[in-house]
Amino acid sequence: MSDTEITDIETVPVKRPIRWHIAVFLAPAFLVYTAVMILPLIETLRLSLFNIVEGQLAFVGFNNFKTLFGDPRLSADFWNALRNNVVFFIIHMLVQNPVGIAIAAMLSLPGLRFAAFYRSAIFVPTLLSFVIVGFIWKLILSPIWGIAPSLMDLVGLKWAFAPWLGKAETALIAVSLISVWQYVGIPMMLIYAALLNIPDEVLEAAECDGITGWSQFWKIKLPLILPSIGIVSVLTFVGNFNAFDLIYTVQGALAGPNGSTDILGTLLYRTFFGFQNQMGDRSMGATIAAVMFLIILAGVALYLFVIQRRMRRYQF
Amino acid sequence: MSKARSAPVRAAFIHLALIAYTLVALFPVFLTLVNSFKSRSAIFSQPMALPTPSTFSLIGYQTVLSQGNFVGYFQNSLIVTVASIALVLLFGAMAAFALSEYRFRGNTLMGLYLALGIMIPIRLGTVAILQGMVAAGLVNTLTSLILVYTAQGLPLAIFILSEFMRTVSDDLKSAGRIDGLSEYAIFFRLVLPLVRPAMATVAVFTMIPIWNDLWFPLILAPGEGTKTVTLGAQMFIGQFVTNWNAVLSALSLAILPVMVLYVIFSRQLIRGITSGAVK
Repeated sequence: MSDTEITDIETVPVKRPIRWHIAVFLAPAFLVYTAVMILPLIETLRLSLFNIVEGQLAFVGFNNFKTLFGDPRLSADFWNALRNNVVFFIIHMLVQNPVGIAIAAMLSLPGLRFAAFYRSAIFVPTLLSFVIVGFIWKLILSPIWGIAPSLMDLVGLKWAFAPWLGKAETALIAVSLISVWQYVGIPMMLIYAALLNIPDEVLEAAECDGITGWSQFWKIKLPLILPSIGIVSVLTFVGNFNAFDLIYTVQGALAGPNGSTDILGTLLYRTFFGFQNQMGDRSMGATIAAVMFLIILAGVALYLFVIQRRMRRYQF
Repeated sequence: MSKARSAPVRAAFIHLALIAYTLVALFPVFLTLVNSFKSRSAIFSQPMALPTPSTFSLIGYQTVLSQGNFVGYFQNSLIVTVASIALVLLFGAMAAFALSEYRFRGNTLMGLYLALGIMIPIRLGTVAILQGMVAAGLVNTLTSLILVYTAQGLPLAIFILSEFMRTVSDDLKSAGRIDGLSEYAIFFRLVLPLVRPAMATVAVFTMIPIWNDLWFPLILAPGEGTKTVTLGAQMFIGQFVTNWNAVLSALSLAILPVMVLYVIFSRQLIRGITSGAVK
């Protein structure tokens, strides 16, 4: 503590001892975070520029990316996974978030009875692991067990049943909807919190002006919760372009049938780790991870610098 | 007049919609739990019925307990989760205290650096993480998982905890300093007890993704001795996929701990979310 010589005299006019305790408080978190998260991330990005050339790891510039985007064998898989991932994300935005907002809007109505029960029950799927969610739905949708067809029979829709998970045209939609079922709790909770934060005076003023019910939701509440909807959207984006577990548990690492549910996460797993006849490839794995990183970074940056800036925030 | 009449009708519609969605949310869980207690023929003949004395059977649980090493998997998950949460809370609170309490050069920069991980998933660094763990000889150890989950949990923990620590009164800390408490004593004895509710919220947020993770156990610790419950259940179900009794029982056993924790912590979790801890 007596080591005052190093202190920068220009910024600290009074000589102060170096405050070692700040370093002690920051060091453990900084070290673990840097060593296990940031450095591997940078190393992965660096590895994406290298590949094995004649048995030696050599710098190849953007050749890995060229292979990924253009090589007839790999690029078909990549573009397929990217397209599926976009569809996966769009389904979440169109189903998960509106349903979550609708439930939150109903729950936040004043004087609603059993609101705490509904809220806790609807959040349950979000807590379950992908293994549980994946297999439960596999069993329910299985034509062997017949739960889904017999339930649909009750409402006279038995003719519409098909083994959705097993057909290439419908498998991606089915898996996306399972994921939506699991994650509806997150938009519900965040939007619910935002709706509770709207002051009563604002709603009372709206009621005095005769704005109630539906039009109150559209004209008063929705504009006020737009920032939360923005956060929910960016969380959905990051989560979806990073997803792996559910597809893996429902459809396996090959993301069948015939690659129709393959997304970037499963492609990364197969490419990096190898699967069945395919050999694991570290450099191409790093390349796919780098592409995922750039996609997520672009989404987050778009949110932070464009959407969030333009959004009006209201101070109460 | 019309408004007075339509209000109960509207309430009834809202309850109807919420009940319908609650059923959608809970039905699959109910189905699994109920059928895990039934004999094989009853699972297929009356999948939606509750177990009766004639259809009741524990054969699935017997298979799971005799074939799978679920006690071991459960223990691994518990060790990994508890150790990671403890480290996230300790290291996270320390860093959050430094960031919220002291003004020093690079404070904002450090805060932003540590917040990067909230949005960028750690999974993208897997290739190099595995390489690093191989080099350090940590593959197939619980330590590797604990390290990864600690790093994964820290950004959000620091973010939430530093928001809360800003609300701790300065007078209290000044009084402590005048009484001659060291900065460490101020942190451990004055500030930490005051942010305990926030710590509980962070613990719940940290716990769920760790307990449920499949990716890192699959890649870093797939060995029999280090399997977590999530990975163990996945492998077990893969092997016994046609033995429906065993599959349903394994699923029920995997649901159980999460449900118990949810019942204990749900108030904390929901209060944490609704108080705006995750803005």
